Amino acid sequence: MEIPETNQPARAMNSFSANALTCMRNDVVLFSGLDFRLEGGEILQIQGPNGSGKTSLLRMLCGLVLPDAGAILWNEKNIYDHRQYFFKEMSYIGHVNGIKMELTALENLTISGALAETNNSISLPDILEKMGLAEYENTPARKLSSGQRRRLALARLLITDTRLWILDEPLTALDDDGRQLMRDMISAHAAGNGITVLATHDPVDVQQHKITMINL
Amino acid sequence: MTANSTFAVFLAVLRRDLLIGLRHRSELFNPLVFFFIVVTMFVLALGPYADTLKQVAPAVIWVAALLASTLSLDMLFHSDLDDGSLEQFLLSPHPLIIIVTAKIIAHWLLTAAPLIVAALFLGLMVYLPQSAIVPLLLTLLLGTPVLSLVGAVLGALTVGLRGSGILLTLLILPLYIPVLIFSVATVDNAAKGLAITGELYFLGAMLVLSVTLAPFATASSLRVRFG
Repeated sequence: MEIPETNQPARAMNSFSANALTCMRNDVVLFSGLDFRLEGGEILQIQGPNGSGKTSLLRMLCGLVLPDAGAILWNEKNIYDHRQYFFKEMSYIGHVNGIKMELTALENLTISGALAETNNSISLPDILEKMGLAEYENTPARKLSSGQRRRLALARLLITDTRLWILDEPLTALDDDGRQLMRDMISAHAAGNGITVLATHDPVDVQQHKITMINL
Repeated sequence: MTANSTFAVFLAVLRRDLLIGLRHRSELFNPLVFFFIVVTMFVLALGPYADTLKQVAPAVIWVAALLASTLSLDMLFHSDLDDGSLEQFLLSPHPLIIIVTAKIIAHWLLTAAPLIVAALFLGLMVYLPQSAIVPLLLTLLLGTPVLSLVGAVLGALTVGLRGSGILLTLLILPLYIPVLIFSVATVDNAAKGLAITGELYFLGAMLVLSVTLAPFATASSLRVRFG
């Protein structure tokens, strides 16, 4: 399996940290006092039973939801005060794919590319090929299987060279090939000093990189 | 690596929404068919009384256009919320206001522009005097963008709420009253051969005001609703 070339030569170390995060839902505390600190090349895996707040935590970490208490820092800067600075460096793939059923695979990638700050020199058809979607360039996303749609969503990670990936159940609906491809992508991202935060029940299996676990 | 300009983002979102709209024909035609049916109902109900119809014609066309344009407002942000694209917009490093403006323009082109063309034919059907046809088109050209812009603000505030469709309609219709009053007055005056510039200026002022403020308000509403 070919490893996607997302890793750039090592750059200035980034850091991503959370201080005393608290999440409430309907007056119930899902988690409180959550701390972590990640540096370039590290992976954070969040585990926990259904309803334990994994998705809430990820949405908080990417800036979609305000924490009920605590702070999230990217390079020691609060992400809510430096939104644009943070968004330039962050890719989020939620548990909904964020793709338009009416548009073709290529059109979906085009709009994702336009929304990003900078694009890698790799062309969009090449990205589709890497994700195993080469023949589906002009197929409307409606006609793709759920695994292929997931691949299309994850293809967004290759468009830009963001330093932080936040992934909600990235392996859902993927077949064995897809899972291995995803692991290779995460591994390559870590090798290029990128940071990955992901929620998944499956083992991540990228031995050579530091994996921190949080159990909610 | 290539950097994207803000204008490129604007064009990409505009193109995206137009493509989606054109591939989703039913959503595109439903407001238009609704517009036709409502006006036709009036014609049928008032039957042989051409004089009565002539008097209420501007009001009929404008009320039908208002109702038709509220029909499509819900779809402005709703599907983007459902499939997660709204999250991607919110997390883009580009200004949300640019994305939102492109969406509003696409929405206007897809829903209001066909309405204006249709109004031309419906005007003849309801015995609107020739002298009032061009003023009717002018009021629609100035008025319908206001509807899309103001509608986007409330659409952003209510997206994702339970029963947002009817709530949006109830909230938005009172806000459309000024546009309705000045538009109908314009067409009425034109039919009677009176001056219409005053009313058109008012409509123009409303358009300028909403162009200036609505995209900001829409972007802020989305931020308030989602982080």
